[in-house]
Amino acid sequence: MKTQNNKKNGRNSFREQKLFLPKHFLITLLVIMVLLIVTVVLSISLGSRQVTVNEIIDALFHPQISEYGVNVIRKRIPRTFFGLLCGAGLGVSGVLMQAVTRNPIADPSILGVNTGASVFVVCGIAFLNITTPSEYIILALLGSTLTSVLVYGIGSMGKGGATPMKLVLAGAATSAALSCIISTVMIPRSYVMDDYRFWQVGSIGAGTWSYVSLLAPFMLIGIAMAIGLAPALNAMALGDESATSLGVRTGIVRICAALTGVILCGSATALAGPIGFIGLLAPHLIRLFVGGDLRYTIPLSALTGAVILTFSDVIGRLLSYPGELEVGVVTAFVGAPILIYTAMRAKL
Amino acid sequence: MRSEHILKVDNLVVGYEEKTVIHDVSLEIPDGKISVIIGANACGKSTLLKAMTRIITPKSGVVTLDGEPIRPMNPKQLARICGLLPQDPVVPEGVTVSDLVARGRYPHQKFLQGQTKQDLEAVTEAMEIMDIIELANRSMNELSGGQRQRAWIATALAQQTDILFLDEPTTFLDINYQIEILDLMADLNQRKQTTIVMVLHDINLAARYADQLFAMKNGKLIAQGAPNDIVTEKLIMDVFGMKSRIISDTVSKSPYVIPIGRHFCDL
Amino acid sequence: MMNHLENLAFIEEGQKKRKIRYRIVEAVLLLLAIILCGLMMTVGNTYYSPRTVIQVLAGKDVQGAAFTILTLRLPRMIAGITTGFSFGLAGSVFQTMLRNPLANPNIIGITSASSAGAVFCILILHAGGSIVFGGSILAATVTAIMIYLLSKLKKYSTGRLILVGIGFQALMNSAVSYFLLIGSEKDLAGALRWMSGSLNGVQMTSIYLLLVAMLICVPLILFYAKSLKILELGEESATTMGVNTNKARGILLVSSVVLVAVATATTGPIAFVSFLSGPIAKRITGHGNSSPVIAGLFGVVLVLAADMIGQQAFAIRFPVGVITGLLGAPYLIYLLIRMNRHGEF
Repeated sequence: MKTQNNKKNGRNSFREQKLFLPKHFLITLLVIMVLLIVTVVLSISLGSRQVTVNEIIDALFHPQISEYGVNVIRKRIPRTFFGLLCGAGLGVSGVLMQAVTRNPIADPSILGVNTGASVFVVCGIAFLNITTPSEYIILALLGSTLTSVLVYGIGSMGKGGATPMKLVLAGAATSAALSCIISTVMIPRSYVMDDYRFWQVGSIGAGTWSYVSLLAPFMLIGIAMAIGLAPALNAMALGDESATSLGVRTGIVRICAALTGVILCGSATALAGPIGFIGLLAPHLIRLFVGGDLRYTIPLSALTGAVILTFSDVIGRLLSYPGELEVGVVTAFVGAPILIYTAMRAKL
Repeated sequence: MRSEHILKVDNLVVGYEEKTVIHDVSLEIPDGKISVIIGANACGKSTLLKAMTRIITPKSGVVTLDGEPIRPMNPKQLARICGLLPQDPVVPEGVTVSDLVARGRYPHQKFLQGQTKQDLEAVTEAMEIMDIIELANRSMNELSGGQRQRAWIATALAQQTDILFLDEPTTFLDINYQIEILDLMADLNQRKQTTIVMVLHDINLAARYADQLFAMKNGKLIAQGAPNDIVTEKLIMDVFGMKSRIISDTVSKSPYVIPIGRHFCDL
Repeated sequence: MMNHLENLAFIEEGQKKRKIRYRIVEAVLLLLAIILCGLMMTVGNTYYSPRTVIQVLAGKDVQGAAFTILTLRLPRMIAGITTGFSFGLAGSVFQTMLRNPLANPNIIGITSASSAGAVFCILILHAGGSIVFGGSILAATVTAIMIYLLSKLKKYSTGRLILVGIGFQALMNSAVSYFLLIGSEKDLAGALRWMSGSLNGVQMTSIYLLLVAMLICVPLILFYAKSLKILELGEESATTMGVNTNKARGILLVSSVVLVAVATATTGPIAFVSFLSGPIAKRITGHGNSSPVIAGLFGVVLVLAADMIGQQAFAIRFPVGVITGLLGAPYLIYLLIRMNRHGEF
C-alpha cells in the first residue's frame, strides 16, 4: 500500500489520502447498497398498477397463485433484474472505455458500439425485413462487434499501436460514417423509420427471465474480467511507458479491456436497445467519491450503473402513468443534471 | 527610449478558492535589474509571478505599477510595459516561428492595423537577440526544446516591454541551453536595461545571474537582497530544508551552494 | 550570420510567401464558389442558360424559368452560401478556442438543442416552415443561455464548458429520441429530412434572419480574429499580451453560437461542415495559421458542391447533409491515418 505522507515530493497530498481512505469507500458502498435496495423495492412495487404487500409476498413465495396483481409483480421482477444487469454492465463498460481511451468523458459507445448495432439493425429492417426480437438481437450484436473491431483496427494502424487518442478519433470517424449510412438507407425508405424508432430508444420493458438468463453470463464474465484487469489498467493510467516498466503487457491488456467493454455494452444494447449516458455518468460519479483506483471503481460503477438505470426506469414508469416512458429517454434527463452539477462543483 | 518603472507589491494575499498560497507578501522590483524568485516547490513563486502579471486576482493587497494598481489598467497598455514567458505555453499546431514571434506585436497594433515597419523591426530584432533567424520559416513542431524556448522568449521580446517576467524558463533544458538563455537575459538587461523578473528553481544559477534575490517559503517572503548578502547556510536550510556549505563560485564570484546530504556529508 | 538588413529581408520574404499562398487559396475558393453558384442556378431538372438566369434575375419575366429560378433555385443557393459560410467560420473559431481538433459547436449541445426544438415542432406540433425555424432558435437560445449562466457560476475552464455541454447534448438527444418515438408516422420523414440538413424548401424569412445574424456576427468575429490568434497561445500568454480574455472569448463564442444556431435552424444541421472546414483550411493555407475566413469559404464550397452532388448524382435525391457526411467520414479517417503516420499520437 502507498505511504500516506507525500508532503516531501510536493504532490497534492490530500488526493493521495482520498485513494487511501477505505472510509470513503465503505460509506459510498453503503450508500449505493441502500439506494440499490430502495430502487429494487420501488421497481417492484411502483408502476401503472398499484400493488399491495400481500401480492408481493405471494409473488415471491407462492408461485401457484396466479392473480392479475401477482402476475404484474412477477413480470416486474425479471424486468428489475434485467435493468440491474444492463446498468451494471454499462457502468463497468464505461469504466473500461474511459481507461482504455484515457479519456474521463468517454462513453461505452466511443468505439462505435451503438452506431454499429444501429447500422446493422437499420439494414436488417430495410433489406432483410427482420421482425422478431432475436433477429434484432443477433444483428445488433453482430454490428457492435464488427464495428468495434473495425474501429480498433483503424485505431491501431501506424506507429505506436492503439493509443487512446487514435482510438477516440477512429471511433468518432466510424460512428459519423455509419450514421451517414443510416441516413442514406433510411431516407428513401420511410417505412424503416417506423420500426427503427422503437428500437433506437433503449427499453427494458421486454425484460423477461429468458432475457436475464441470456444477458447474465455476458455480464458476469465481463465484470469478472474487468476486475481482473483492474490492477493492470491502474498502471496504464500512468502512461504506457510507466506501465511497461512495471511489467504490464499494455497491448494485450488494452485489447482485453476494449473487448470486455464492447461485450458488456454490446450485449446490453443488443437486448435493450441503445441506452446512453450511464456508462459516462456512473464512473464519473464514483471517481468523485472514491478516486481512480479501478479495483474500487469497477465494482462500485457496476452497482451505481444498476441503480441509475433501474431508477430511471421507475421514473419512466411513474412519469407517463398509465403508460411508460422508455428508460433510454429518461437516463439523460436523470443523469444530465447530475453531470452538470458535478461539473459545476468540480475543481477544473 | 526606455522609461523607469516602479513595480510594487503590497500586502498581497493570493489563493485559489479556500486555499491561500501567498500570505501577505510585500516587495518592490528593482528597476533595470535582474530579480530572481527562489523557493521550494509549491512555495508560491509561480503564483507570485502570476499575481504580478495580472493572471491571478489577489484576494487582498494590490500590485501597483508606477503607483497605479494594475488590475484596472487597459490590457494593451499594461502589455506594452510587462511581458511574460509562461511556464507552459501552448503551441498551436504547425505555426512558423516568425508567425509566432510576430504575434508578440499585438499590444502595439491598433484595431484593424496590419503589420507596420516597426513591427517587422521588432520581430527581426527579437529573433536576432535569440539567434533564431535561420529558423524563421520552420514550423514550431520541428524544433528542439531549447529552440522552442528561444522562440517563445523572442515572442515576449517582440513585445518590447520594459519589464520581462519569465516563469521557470530553464526547466527541462540541457545545461548548455540553460546557460545560453540566462546569458541572453543578462545581455538583454545590459543592452536595454530591461527589468527582468525570473522564477528559477536552481539556486546556483539564480545566485549567479540575479542582482536581487527573493526567497520564498510557504507563501511568505523570508529574505530579499543581493545573492552575496543573503545566500547563507541558514537561508538554504530555511528555504529548502537542506544542510549545505556555501563557497564562492570560482567563475562568477557569486555564492555557490554545495548540498550536504546523507551519503556525502561533512567529514 | 547575416546582417540586420538581410535578416529583415529574410523574414519579410517568408511572411510574404505565406501571405501570397493565403491569397491564392482565398481566390481559388472564391472562384469555386462562384462557379458552383452558377451551376446551381443553371443546372437542374431543366437546364437554363446563363443568359436566361441573368435575365430572370434582372427582373424580366421569362416564362417557366422565372418560377424555378427565383422561387426554387435562388433561395437554395443563398441558403447554401450563408449556412456554409456560417458553419465553416463558426466551426473554425470553436476549434481554435477549445484548442481541440475534435471540437465543434455541437460539443456544447447547441446543434442537438436546435434539432430537439425543430423535431418537437415537426412531430408534436405538426408544424412546418417558420414555426420550425422559430422553435429551433428558441431551443438553441435557451440552452445557450443556460450553459452560459452555469459556466459563469465558477471560474471559466474549457473542461467545465465541455462537460456541461455534454450533459446538455445528452439531454437534447434524449428528447429527440423521445419525440421520434411518440411522433406521428406521417411526419417522420420530414423530421428525418430536417435532421439530415437540407437546402430544400428553405424559407426566405429564415434566410433574411440568417443574413441579419451574419451581418452582426461575422464582422464581430473578424474584428476579434487577431485576438483569437493570441487566445490560441494559452490563457496566460493572452493575458500578458494585452487581450481582454473574458471579453474576447465571450464575443467570439457568442457570435459563433448565434451563427450556428441560426444556420442550423435554417437548414437543419449539415454534418461535418463546421467540423472539417477549420482543419482543411489550416492545411491548405499551410503552416498552421487558423484562418476563419478561409474556413468559411471552404464551408460554402463544401455545402454547394455536396448539394449539387446530392441532387444530380444519384437516382434518388439526397439532402446535402447526407452527402457532406459521406464525404466527411472518409476524410476523417484519412486525417487519422495521416496523423498516425506522422506519429502525432
